[in-house]
Amino acid sequence: MSFRVVGRSVRRLDVVEKVTGRARYVTDMELPGMLHAKLLRSPHAHARIRRVNVEAARGCPGVHAVVTSGDLTWCDPYFGPALRDRPILAIDVARYEGEPVAAVVADTEEAAAKALTLIGVDYEDLPAVTTLAEALAPGAPLVHTAPPLAGHFADLSTLKSRPGTNVCHQFHFERGRGAAALAEADLLLDDTYTFPRVQHYSMEPHAAVAAWDEQGGLTVWASTQNPYSVRVELAKMFRVPLAAIRIIVPYLGGGFGGKTYAKLEPIVGALARIVGRPLRLALTAEEAFRTVRRCDARVRVRIGLRRDGLLLAAACEGDFDVGAYADIGPRIIQKGTYTATGPYRVPHVVLHSQAVYTNTTPGGAFRGFGVPQLAWAFESLLDEAAARLDLDPVDLRRQNLLAHGEEYAPGDTPIDGKFEESLSRAAEAIRWTQAAAAGRGRGVAMMMKASIGPSVSEAVVRLHADASVSVLSSTVEMGQGARTVMAQIAAEVLAVSMDRVRVTAPDTAVTPYDQTTSSSRSTTMMGRAVQEAAEDVRAQLLRVAEGALHVPVRQLKLDDGVVVAESGHRLSYEDVLKERFGMGGGELIGRGVVAPGRSAAPLGGSTPFWEMAAGAAEISLDVETGAITVEEYVSVADVGRRINPQQCEGQDEGAVLQGLGHTLFEEMLYDGGQLLNANLVDYRVPRAADVPAELQCHFVENGDGAGPFGAKGMGEGSLIPVSPAVGNALRRLAGVRLRDLPLTPERVWRALRARDQKESTPP
Amino acid sequence: MSDTRTPSSCSLAFTVNGRAVTLEVPAHVLLLDVLRERLGLKGAKRSCDMQVCGACTVLVDGSPVSSCTYLAVEADGADILTVEGLGHGDTLDPLQEAFIEHGAVQCGFCTSGMLMSARALLAEDPAPTRERVAHYLRGNLCRCTGYTKVIDAIVACGRPQEART
Repeated sequence: MSFRVVGRSVRRLDVVEKVTGRARYVTDMELPGMLHAKLLRSPHAHARIRRVNVEAARGCPGVHAVVTSGDLTWCDPYFGPALRDRPILAIDVARYEGEPVAAVVADTEEAAAKALTLIGVDYEDLPAVTTLAEALAPGAPLVHTAPPLAGHFADLSTLKSRPGTNVCHQFHFERGRGAAALAEADLLLDDTYTFPRVQHYSMEPHAAVAAWDEQGGLTVWASTQNPYSVRVELAKMFRVPLAAIRIIVPYLGGGFGGKTYAKLEPIVGALARIVGRPLRLALTAEEAFRTVRRCDARVRVRIGLRRDGLLLAAACEGDFDVGAYADIGPRIIQKGTYTATGPYRVPHVVLHSQAVYTNTTPGGAFRGFGVPQLAWAFESLLDEAAARLDLDPVDLRRQNLLAHGEEYAPGDTPIDGKFEESLSRAAEAIRWTQAAAAGRGRGVAMMMKASIGPSVSEAVVRLHADASVSVLSSTVEMGQGARTVMAQIAAEVLAVSMDRVRVTAPDTAVTPYDQTTSSSRSTTMMGRAVQEAAEDVRAQLLRVAEGALHVPVRQLKLDDGVVVAESGHRLSYEDVLKERFGMGGGELIGRGVVAPGRSAAPLGGSTPFWEMAAGAAEISLDVETGAITVEEYVSVADVGRRINPQQCEGQDEGAVLQGLGHTLFEEMLYDGGQLLNANLVDYRVPRAADVPAELQCHFVENGDGAGPFGAKGMGEGSLIPVSPAVGNALRRLAGVRLRDLPLTPERVWRALRARDQKESTPP
Repeated sequence: MSDTRTPSSCSLAFTVNGRAVTLEVPAHVLLLDVLRERLGLKGAKRSCDMQVCGACTVLVDGSPVSSCTYLAVEADGADILTVEGLGHGDTLDPLQEAFIEHGAVQCGFCTSGMLMSARALLAEDPAPTRERVAHYLRGNLCRCTGYTKVIDAIVACGRPQEART
């Protein structure tokens, strides 16, 4: 199959804007009469709010409003996708350090910030829980005491909280004889791993601008990954029809999951209503740390294997810390835990996880959505099993891999790629079968992740009178290059050049429904919707041409803006439109809808595709300091087909570096409920010099993906093998197994010292 | 209680992207805010607010500075270059072209600062090695690209003209 633009690294649609500084983000917007908001945040991890004194702040020059939860009785002040547990501003109780307690709206940010300092809050400290262990201890203080309210996207019957505890949801999955089968194994391993709280650090902190109009409608320009989910929440909170809420999304300065679901939109909507003027709220980086983070987790894994390395049974118990408000945590624990055993065939499985409230920054979606926490544990333990059975870790994995077309769970999509090929590519590229140089160690790891199911994407494609094309899609451009990919798909189907195609920015008043830009789903789901919409236009073009040329449709094809008949007759798209409308106006409109619906799969819907990746690391180690250097890293992703090869590379290079940050440096640290390192001096993200000397990103392309032209989702997966691949390399190089991320020099050094002491102690 | 102090105001004259600019600004105002709010040059971005991330990088007399922590008055008399002044009319600068060709741009929020730091580096060292580029970019963070393609672009741009063809 040959393509015009699919499979080519065409220039990004947004790139000239972005290299010239002309690309506009939310914080670059100015509306006439726009005011600015700032938030006062709780200094306590858990406290009762006895009284808030706002008088002095109200008297400040330039201040238009000082707002507390008491001023928000006219709307439903609670939001949250799974549980409606998060108030716009703290009501009676502040549940984490950094929770918004009051807001000031003023002429300038500076005036608002000044007024914040004059708000007096009388807090009564309450006992707090800031770790999983504290939150799960018998008799632990409760983060939430009232019965939960159903979230805007879930009914409570699907949520299984444990009343009287901090557990807000549990997930359970069993296959075969579950844990009972562990007893039949030749080798049984049982270990516990932890994954820390890490921060997205999108370069653009969250921001939103809101304005109410004369018809009682609200427009919000937001840095959000899912305008349609935000629209639902705002419509319910402000009790207006969906059609009265308009969410417009300019370019995002990074998302990584941290901009899914409502974040600032409820507060800007409420404040703009109160002051009757447009306003902007732009968070600082420190505030972004207090808005969302990855859920930290403690995962106990037991695996049972036969002597020859065959996996027989696995049991995983995961505790995920969702912080003070559940956000999308309940779905994260399900999705992550569901594939806890990775891309392997394990006949007997029992998986259980729980989402646990603590008095910390709310945990939410972050690239990988629960899978990294489980893969860190499972992939590490697999290598331990290989060591104990004296088997090669690549061979052990290969022996257990799920095959193309094999069922993972009853009712879910069969495996739609070739893990074997990914693993072999990774092993070959890292020269697995050759001995590593002195002082170097290698490790491998794999991952499998489900995408969101069921989900809906709709698109509209318009062919204009001059043969240019508009693609209306609500997929958010957050750096991943989705707009370019959508344009490539439309250009391919309609046989026009890329410069004829424009993709409209998400605007819920204009661009059709899309569930979310997350879960690596856009190329597959929105891509199919765009493809279908373009095919709809194509069919219309051909029908008109059939009548005009008196040639049956089957003898017509599209070629570079012209309908061409086998007979050699040609009709340009412009002429087709003139033929159709009898004049130079009019347009052909195509519609695409992808809505697979619910299924019998364990998560309620079948995954549209399986995201697949393998990773291989070669590391060196400074034994004096414990510092690990990742010298070489190979990432392999099975993507079906790359629509835009360069963008795929960019995604995976970014994913690997983000994974390296999780592996080596990053952790949000709390002491006494206080977040200690909510800034880029104390919280270290990867820099250019941290790129491995050799970084290769490979792709398996068999054209077997469920998306357009055999493509499928990618971009999250390649982050996930990084931590276990590096941990496994460390084990093979130095004989120490670390179970807690990040692998800081101190932790590694202590492990090396413990190893040396053990070796020098006579048995 | 209201604050009756009026912030002391300073007059400021500098060149921005080749254009002479004269402004009255409060003494405590940051260069980033003058560029963004007073001059409408939104290319430089605010992110970390503490001189770590580099999204706000502009050149002051050829040196890269974090405009988020740089007092505007310190730039009095200086020649300032922002990303908006990097190209020449409708023609892009070779660095901008290299960023495009090598796929060094994703979300774009760091891009303006990256380009300005790269410009300063190439002025210092017209043909930097990968290691030099990676080290020089220690003050410019990117969360999307993993840096590889950014480094590719700068190294390619730094190659001597004859080697590039």
